[in-house]
Amino acid sequence: MSGGILRYLGGRLAQMLLVLWVIVTVLFLIFRLAPGNPLAAYIDTTFTEDQQQGLMEKFGLDKPLWQQYLIYVKNLFIGEFGDSFLHRRSVIEMVLEVLPNTLYLNLISLLLAYSIGVVGGIILAWFRGTPLEKAGVTLTLMGRAAPEFWVGMLLLSIFAFNLTLLPSSGATSPGAIYETEWQKLASPDFWKHLVLPTTTMAFYLHGMPLLLMRSNMLEILQDDFITMGSLMGYTNWRLMVRHAARNALLPVVTALALGVGYSIGGNVVIENVFGWPGIGRLLVRAVASADYPLAQGAFFFIALFMLLMNFVADFLYGVLDPRVGSSARAKA
Amino acid sequence: MTTAQVPSKITPSLDLLKKGSPFVKTLGVILDFFTQDRLALMGAIIYAVFILVALFAPLIAPFGELEVIQDDVGIWLANEKPGPIFRLGTTNVGRDIFSQLVYGSRTALLVGFSAAIAVALLGTLVGLTAGYFGGWIETVLMRLTDIAFGIPFLPLIIVLVAFLKPSIWNVVLAMAGLLWRDTGRVIRAQVLIVKEKAFVRAARVSGASDLRIMFLYVAPSILPLTFLYGSMAIGWAILTEASVSFLGFGDPEVVSWGYMLQDAFVSQAMSRGALYWIVPPGVCIMLSVMAGFFIGRGFEEVLFPHLRRH
Repeated sequence: MSGGILRYLGGRLAQMLLVLWVIVTVLFLIFRLAPGNPLAAYIDTTFTEDQQQGLMEKFGLDKPLWQQYLIYVKNLFIGEFGDSFLHRRSVIEMVLEVLPNTLYLNLISLLLAYSIGVVGGIILAWFRGTPLEKAGVTLTLMGRAAPEFWVGMLLLSIFAFNLTLLPSSGATSPGAIYETEWQKLASPDFWKHLVLPTTTMAFYLHGMPLLLMRSNMLEILQDDFITMGSLMGYTNWRLMVRHAARNALLPVVTALALGVGYSIGGNVVIENVFGWPGIGRLLVRAVASADYPLAQGAFFFIALFMLLMNFVADFLYGVLDPRVGSSARAKA
Repeated sequence: MTTAQVPSKITPSLDLLKKGSPFVKTLGVILDFFTQDRLALMGAIIYAVFILVALFAPLIAPFGELEVIQDDVGIWLANEKPGPIFRLGTTNVGRDIFSQLVYGSRTALLVGFSAAIAVALLGTLVGLTAGYFGGWIETVLMRLTDIAFGIPFLPLIIVLVAFLKPSIWNVVLAMAGLLWRDTGRVIRAQVLIVKEKAFVRAARVSGASDLRIMFLYVAPSILPLTFLYGSMAIGWAILTEASVSFLGFGDPEVVSWGYMLQDAFVSQAMSRGALYWIVPPGVCIMLSVMAGFFIGRGFEEVLFPHLRRH
């Protein structure tokens, strides 16, 4: 059985690498086809002669395209993304600097969204057929349909500008300096800044797990073992939470991969609304100012993050569902 | 015999099919279900209202969407509160918000429907081809689908649109290039079921060509799914266009609801408490996306009561 799981995970890993390769190649092509000459991808006209020469050599920009491609792939492996046009700093440095902020925002939002989703799904299934269920489903659908940036703007208008309870922008107050990442995480200031962005994102993300949990619960409640349980005099609580909810949870976990996909898109928008110094904001600013090396690096790390999270979701799926190994073999 | 003979018990959907050509049948299914499902009907009404507003925009909107409104002595009527003349107030440079909202419906529908049609066509073709032929064709197409799922959607659209030149057609193009993946995957699964049915085998035995079987025998059974995913795609496309515009990569010449929200965001409408500027475009986006959901859910319940989606 465990061999099946390993083979399944191996397959997912191989697929992940394939996707990564395609992304890298597409990135190469997009940025080489960028307006201006091929050098434009790395060399800004305001760079000094020496800088230009150095970059030419580092990325082999005077060589034919296929050689450039090989050099480019090799550089990616060693984390060499060039220098930002605008900031004159190494791209990898800038990306790694803001990456933790993006991780905090996404992971906390996902955790929040899936907790609310699971509990909310159970509650709606419990109150099935009542106006409460209808209201809950409608509210959830609204959350899925409302643009995240708009929800963010509304929350900002109310809580940051009208009531002035929460900060409107950034991850820390201006002037605040934290010596280590841990100090930042331990400061109430940071968490205050985190409230609105995570709320916005969780509001957007909670819909899928909630609706999924609810429909799974409703389906499982039709099963014989539940009828059996109720005939045996089990309480509603025990039936719903201990028996139905446990079984309904699995598809919700597997849907995490999809949730991650949505959170990446939402992340870009939400970071821009709240001025959250993360990788999505970095990408948008780089693209807007035609800072090609930075845009490329930011995009690569967003894609990598999404792939890794998908892999984690697949891994959880494989560990939680013993059928996965065998069915994956049958499918292949 | 020229028309496809479809036995009536293949999927629940086919019970609803009327006699006639595949396309007339599909039309029959669509009409049937709008009268059967209240939510779907609501979705259809929402779209109908938006379509009417878009068609008659110049009659409904009192001002041009980019017109800067001035008073007698040439001073901009900026940041006006909602009132009898400016029903939703004016922007910080004196543009009528209500007129922008009205014209924005044109952009939304244009983007939504063209992207949805492209997505539905592309996804159906991919799914149909992969499912029908199987073998290496299926492997290649399904790997391609997996790859499309692995690429971060919004970031890629931003990069593509920014480099291609911001225009709504480039937004549509970029979306269509990725969003077909959902439709493709589901259609393939359905084709795998349909192609084992007796009527398809019978067609094959009687010497019908692959193309003929694919489009005359298999396609009619999956067309409702195409519509389901197409209607969901309308909402996604409108939402995505709004996000792209909000981030500042939209067409600067075309007013959309996302454009309006970006305008409001950049000009600090939030700190001025100008909710009359912020709320309406968002509500319009939300309604149009929800209408897509409603129609999709309605389709699902009527046509595929046992279909489990994630």
